[in-house]
Amino acid sequence: MSHLTDLPVWAAILVCGLTLLGAAITLIGSVGLLRFTSFYERLHAPTLATSGGVILICAASIICFAVLQSRWVFHEILIIVFVLVTTPVTLMLLGQAALYRDRVKEKRGVPLKQRPPREEPTE
Amino acid sequence: MRTWFPYPLLSIALLLIWLLLNQSVAPGTFVMGTILATGLGWVTLKLSPVRSHPRRILLTLRFGFAVALDIIRSNLAVIAVILRGRRRPPSSGFLTVDLDIDDENALALLACILTATPGTAWLEYDRRRKSLLFHVLDMENERVWIDTVKRYEAALKEIFG
Repeated sequence: MSHLTDLPVWAAILVCGLTLLGAAITLIGSVGLLRFTSFYERLHAPTLATSGGVILICAASIICFAVLQSRWVFHEILIIVFVLVTTPVTLMLLGQAALYRDRVKEKRGVPLKQRPPREEPTE
Repeated sequence: MRTWFPYPLLSIALLLIWLLLNQSVAPGTFVMGTILATGLGWVTLKLSPVRSHPRRILLTLRFGFAVALDIIRSNLAVIAVILRGRRRPPSSGFLTVDLDIDDENALALLACILTATPGTAWLEYDRRRKSLLFHVLDMENERVWIDTVKRYEAALKEIFG
């Protein structure tokens, strides 16, 4: 880790700032996961970490290694893309499962399944 | 051309991912990437996904920019809601919107955007009625959320039109 001391001051400040900000957003997302009360509200908290947190931390990583190796480093972008693309799929599945379970249990405050358009009675 | 590259965009994207992963544009990496991209293109052919033809690159870029801005904004909004804490619990709720998108890939993209944005979560899409049920963390401005979804819908319709 000693080569980290080669980082110029401006880059060090930038990288520190971005990492701390990203970590803070991720922490707030986790706190939200704890604080929210219903399952549907909890669906919103982890996206904080996967959008804001991941982007900021990866940006810090890109800047850090680009400055250290004095060349462009891009493969962290893949992390951002994969996390951004895959998390919604899991969350959607979880949300639909929760909706299904609550409907079966006939929990209150959950929207009912929309009925298909009623056909005219033929009698 | 079509027999070699059934999904040109997919193949190009796979090649780009391979080059990024290896962090080099050496001929060897390039050849390996091309082989992988072509092979996986054929595999995808077996899955026979629905084809759609996104047009207008400029419009797509502008849409991506707008979405990024919205994600930043709702990040801040959700942080505010969480930090506000128990003093004022969030007034979350369900909303339904009627959509008018036929393209499956456009719908998938809309679902990903809505769920990736903190504050909104896609729950259920009724194919027959073409209505979407989604959950919103902060119901204080219900109108704004519906308008946002409508704006995305219009943009996607234009892109995939």
